Amino acid sequence: MTLRDLINRLLRRQQASGETAKQRLQLVLAHDRSDLNPELLQRMRQEILEVVSRYVEIDVDEGEVSLETEDRVTALVANLPIKRARSLPLIPGLGDSDQSTADPLRRAS
Amino acid sequence: MNATSARTILICSGKGGVGKTTLTANLGIALARQGARTAVIDADFGLRNLDLLLGLENRIVYTAQEVLAGSCRLEQALVKHKQEPNLALLPAGNPRMLDWLKPEDMKTIAAQVGQQSDYVLIDCPAGVEGGFRNAAAAAEEAIVVTTPELSAVRDADRVIGLLNSQGIQPIQLVLNRVRPKMMANQEMLTVQDVTDILALPLLGLVLEDEQVIVSTNRGEPLTLQGHGAGSPAARAYINVARRLCGEDVPLVDPSKERSGLRAKLGRLISKNLF
Ligand SMILES: Nc1ncnc2c1ncn2[C@@H]1O[C@H](COP(=O)(O)OP(=O)(O)O)[C@@H](O)[C@H]1O
Ligand SMILES: [Mg+2]
Repeated sequence: MTLRDLINRLLRRQQASGETAKQRLQLVLAHDRSDLNPELLQRMRQEILEVVSRYVEIDVDEGEVSLETEDRVTALVANLPIKRARSLPLIPGLGDSDQSTADPLRRAS
Repeated sequence: MNATSARTILICSGKGGVGKTTLTANLGIALARQGARTAVIDADFGLRNLDLLLGLENRIVYTAQEVLAGSCRLEQALVKHKQEPNLALLPAGNPRMLDWLKPEDMKTIAAQVGQQSDYVLIDCPAGVEGGFRNAAAAAEEAIVVTTPELSAVRDADRVIGLLNSQGIQPIQLVLNRVRPKMMANQEMLTVQDVTDILALPLLGLVLEDEQVIVSTNRGEPLTLQGHGAGSPAARAYINVARRLCGEDVPLVDPSKERSGLRAKLGRLISKNLF
């Protein structure tokens, strides 16, 4: 450890590199173990958001769908802050929802 | 002779250069010194060097290749270690064997070797492709070697997944090239980090030790010298052998052993005051 590293760590400006290594490893292993490529994960994330937002209004920017791993078990964890429930769920074929509002995500962007 | 008594153990890692061959040589000698009939198989046909680490490179006449082809008997190919006659090496054949060698072939070889041994250690090539699969097919249990580095642990994880899916059991971990000071300073993945992440029982901890290089230069594994004379790595390899045989040898995390000035002062004060 150089003097500068030490000072940075004492001032909590920089995390110990061992801790950084651990966090990076946990993330990369969650992906390795699930054998999902980033593109598939992104698509799944998108679809999950779409399904959920038919029922409730969610905060799309704050929402997070990620892989976590512990004890060689990998879990898909979705953390989606709910703004409010929809009075009329946007389910195709249920009620008379307008086609243009059927996809709340597309509408939001 | 008991045909089914041998424990056939794969020494593997995924990543190259983490210490598989060094462990195989030292563990082989240590087991042999404990009185177990031990055979080590060099399954790294592409980059063989178990013979060098054991100092047996000039005594090879036949290899696994001739045994498989039936052009020599197994006894003719096995090279006995002079100082430790309980240990025998089955040398790797020509790298061109990789073109046709199949998992079944490795099974055949290991079963033959196992008929006259208590322990069969298979030194696995790096990677997760054909060479690994051939070697793994012959094994019942495995020791995964890793260093406390990101890429080595990631590759170890991949290998553990493959071993699990082949039903290899138990799988135990040896953590090599441990630097206690860096770990204590959190400048390296710690023992706890690695065992938590890989979720394997820890069979041994081997410190970074210059004597490993010296012994490799000479072709004399550290464990030849026995426990008392040995360096830290030598003691670690001997302890791996003892644990493998079921002995309860406590594991001490060296990064948690308090050393250095502050700990010494602490001990001094507590000794004199209490
Ligand atoms: N505990 C250790 N301390 C210092 N050097 C080591 C240690 N373990 C292995 N090495 C060195 O690392 C290199 C790779 O070891 P090796 O056993 O050939 O790895 P692998 O068979 O996994 O490719 C060798 O040069 C060896 O001397
Ligand atoms: Mg090797």
